[in-house]
Amino acid sequence: MTKTGDAIEISGLNKWYGDYQALKNIDLNVAHGERIVVCGPSGSGKSTLIRCVNSLEEHDSGRIVVDGIEMIDNESINAIRSEVGMVFQQFNLFPHLSIMQNLTLGPMKARGMSKADAEERAMRYLERVRIPDQAHKKPSELSGGQQQRVAIARSLCMEPKIMLFDEPTSALDPEMISEVLDVIVDLAEDGMTMIVVTHEMGFARRAADRMIFMDHGEVIETGTPTDFFEAPKTERCKQFLSQILQH
Amino acid sequence: MKLRTALLFSCLIFLVGCNATPGTWGWYVIDPRTQSGYNNIRFLLNGFGATILLSVIAAFLSMAIGLMVALPGMSSNRWIRLPSRIYIEFVRAIPLLPMLFWVFYGLPVVLKSMGINVSIDAFWGAVITLAISDSAFTAEIYRSGIQSIAKGQTEAAKTVGLNYRQTMRYVILPQAIRRILPPLANQFIYIVKMSAFASVIGMQELTRRANELVVTEYRPLEIYTLLILEYLVLVLIISFFVRWLERKMGSDESR
Repeated sequence: MTKTGDAIEISGLNKWYGDYQALKNIDLNVAHGERIVVCGPSGSGKSTLIRCVNSLEEHDSGRIVVDGIEMIDNESINAIRSEVGMVFQQFNLFPHLSIMQNLTLGPMKARGMSKADAEERAMRYLERVRIPDQAHKKPSELSGGQQQRVAIARSLCMEPKIMLFDEPTSALDPEMISEVLDVIVDLAEDGMTMIVVTHEMGFARRAADRMIFMDHGEVIETGTPTDFFEAPKTERCKQFLSQILQH
Repeated sequence: MKLRTALLFSCLIFLVGCNATPGTWGWYVIDPRTQSGYNNIRFLLNGFGATILLSVIAAFLSMAIGLMVALPGMSSNRWIRLPSRIYIEFVRAIPLLPMLFWVFYGLPVVLKSMGINVSIDAFWGAVITLAISDSAFTAEIYRSGIQSIAKGQTEAAKTVGLNYRQTMRYVILPQAIRRILPPLANQFIYIVKMSAFASVIGMQELTRRANELVVTEYRPLEIYTLLILEYLVLVLIISFFVRWLERKMGSDESR
């Protein structure tokens, strides 16, 4: 398998929900190590877009290639999923399992790792997200910020090449947002390829290589954070920025 | 609380029996202080074994069949969904007693015509009937439990590489079972009570023994009163066990 191409190549992507077109002819390439922030009003298709990348949503037409693997059948979907980690708005930790079990389930069951190896790896990533001392608690005993950091560590335990973040801080209390963003910035600085759907514009300025603005299922504007924030080209983008930067 | 009510209830009946006018109650028939009363009560209580064994096996089978019916019933493919829908609608519509007769008298004939020579005795006839008839209900309970687990759990399981079977086994079912424990317990109690029907095909469980003793002793009031109390004790034991199980499993559920 050649790895010369981009980390993610999307071309002509369309997605329908019944009569409603959620994604309209999306073309997007993400280079290895590139950090992309996707923003836009709600219902603009940004979550749908990243959920297509690991096939949590099935697309109706278009081509998706992730790390050289074209998404064509279940086998390729599984191969792609093992390269792609995902962090959800609602954390989606497994509430009946301890933090440690949340982290080791995938490596042990899907990868066949031994318990000792999986736990060692889990501890390494728990340290990385700065909560090594909570390993034996249940998710409900942790704060929202801690839960989201556990969710990030759970994804990292599968050692993905690409990380997708679907509004990772939208369900958090304000005082917990920065502890989660710091962890994501850390990852970005280590060269992880990532697509982050977020409204945290401060984070975008700090971490993004490229901004993508979506509306009504289309990519309206893309550019470096500086260009994007200082000199938005389209009217819709200006409007959006003025709305969210007011608060 | 429940136990106290039950004890009070049985004491009341007993007191009424002792004080009533002669001829109304005759507890002598199961009075363990006399030889014949002792023999009678032993004969009746010996039915517990069969009732319990029958109910437990039927309940486990019903839960297993129910799950196997429920899972394809939630497929996104309608052709996989259809057979399980048909099974549930069909089985749910058959009254227990006719099904029991059909399994006990009819099924061996059908099997024989297919070249399978098995005799179905009263015990297995009753087990099969109870398990199948109950499985349609357990299947629906599983479905509601599994569908109540947020979609995000399945998605998270997919993103950490679990396949469908692993997702069900390690993520969805452990959470669903915790939620459906109360209705599953209901079904188990239902099976215990419905196992009384096995008496009509000649199985020597609690009800059959009571019937047989009534015929020889002609004391239906006392014997059937005891019979009801026997079921009450069984069901109360199950209730307590399930409450304990709920506390044990519920304690680690997130709020």
